[in-house]
Amino acid sequence: MTSARFTRVKGWAPASPLLLVVAVAFGIPAVMLALGAFTVPGAPGEPGTYGLDNVAASLREPYLTKLLTSIELSAVVAVAGALTGTLLAHAVLTSRSAALRESVLSASGVLANFGGVPLAFIWIATLGNSGLVTTSFGLGPGLLYNFWGLALVYLYFSIPLMVLVIAPALEGLRPQWREAAQGSGASVWQFWRHVGLPVLTPALLGGVVLLFGGSFAAYATAAAMVGASVPLVTMQIADALTGNVLVGFENVALALSLDMIVVAMLVMAVYLPLQRRSSRWLR
Amino acid sequence: MVAVTPQSSARAVAVGGSGWGRRAVLVVAAAYFLVPLVIAISFTVYNEVQGFSLGAYGRIVTSPGFATSFLTSLALAAVTIVLVLVLLLPAMIAVRLGAPGLRPVLETITTLPLIVPPITYVVGISSALREGADALAATPFWATIIAIQDDRFPVVLVLAYVILALPFAYRSLDAGLRAIDVVTLVEAARNLGASWPHLLLRVIMPNLRSALAGAAFLTLALVLGEYTIAALLGYQTFPVWIVTISGNDGQLSVALSILSLVLIWLLLITLSRASGRKKP
Repeated sequence: MTSARFTRVKGWAPASPLLLVVAVAFGIPAVMLALGAFTVPGAPGEPGTYGLDNVAASLREPYLTKLLTSIELSAVVAVAGALTGTLLAHAVLTSRSAALRESVLSASGVLANFGGVPLAFIWIATLGNSGLVTTSFGLGPGLLYNFWGLALVYLYFSIPLMVLVIAPALEGLRPQWREAAQGSGASVWQFWRHVGLPVLTPALLGGVVLLFGGSFAAYATAAAMVGASVPLVTMQIADALTGNVLVGFENVALALSLDMIVVAMLVMAVYLPLQRRSSRWLR
Repeated sequence: MVAVTPQSSARAVAVGGSGWGRRAVLVVAAAYFLVPLVIAISFTVYNEVQGFSLGAYGRIVTSPGFATSFLTSLALAAVTIVLVLVLLLPAMIAVRLGAPGLRPVLETITTLPLIVPPITYVVGISSALREGADALAATPFWATIIAIQDDRFPVVLVLAYVILALPFAYRSLDAGLRAIDVVTLVEAARNLGASWPHLLLRVIMPNLRSALAGAAFLTLALVLGEYTIAALLGYQTFPVWIVTISGNDGQLSVALSILSLVLIWLLLITLSRASGRKKP
């Protein structure tokens, strides 16, 4: 009697419930989304036909502006968040105070997960039209309710996320490398140019991409804060879902969703190889 | 998205940058992150009419719908956690025992939910529900599609949350399974006559305690914080209730924001406690 007979599992059988649930809960919505995006509604009472009309419409005005604004906002937040997050992580990790390091890292864990409507409320209390900072310094109204206000608020979860992403990479810069560089007569600039940055680059770019994805998908914060005054693709899609639009727009909303997924997939296609590369230096 | 604090080990290497530059970065960051928090907290406990009062926090509990929505979210979280673990664990053990070809499939289905923005996922779900109800109107399945959309316990949300939780639960369990020798454990237990359920419950799961706790808490955090899908499908979960109730009471809405921040903090502390306990 071999142990194999006892331990053998029938191939993929144990995974079948999982695969079934994924097929139903993820596969069906994905197929419906794709079918709907390519379905051109027919005249009332007649079935629709397949075609590229919705996708084409989703890439024309007025929808194109929204898609581009979303991409622009996410890019601004991603780059600004990655730079400031890296600076902050470096400042904190090189500090002599272990308490500071620990508290910033755990606070980053909390704030990176803090989003949605509660985030909007906290900023409205601070910089909203009757917010404390706005009234105490006599700043004008509408400070928060525009593109840059939204970027400022998105950075509140993006910078901490970047700190979490880049901290392991910064800690992975071995002291020996710096000593070796200094021993060979390298300046601080040369160390960063030829050793530090090349090692950090995959983690940095990976962070940019991750931050981009986070802002790109964000919906609730913007909806609670700026409403329609900043045109974002997520809010346009939500409007279509809640029936806030003209009849016949539903299929364009599906096409817009498809556009979003394509952008997100491009972003992920950049991120995954980078993540693999950056983990090479970290043990 | 659920991000987890890395375990910081030692002071990183300080290269370049004067002490002043570092101090400036820290001061600006402290101002940016702390000022809104301090203002928000003071806003909830002080106003010019009443002076200092914790009334806004008291009003949270007495607001209509608090208990219902909070219990709904907890129930959704509990069922989601159980379902995620029951679905993932056998599949992940199978990968290690005799179906290595399954691994890329698992990696893919646990990465996809990270790529698809929640708002597009909910668009897909609602169009599937609408078309499904039309297509199945004449069949017995129609009752099923209505039943999973029940307001008191929306099964459709559980299904969506299972999908969203897969990436986090998978990574947590994967780390746990890497640390134990599954094949040896299974062979030993099977040769001693253990049944498969016994093996799972009494041999594998006790060895995975911290990974299971990690997966459970990440899922809990996700369900207690998810707004987009629940709101757009029209369900009153806790995050949706927060928005509904805070419409015209500024103090209450900010108090609820502080509360949800504290909730995230507590969950993460519990999470790091659970996963920090190292096995020998």
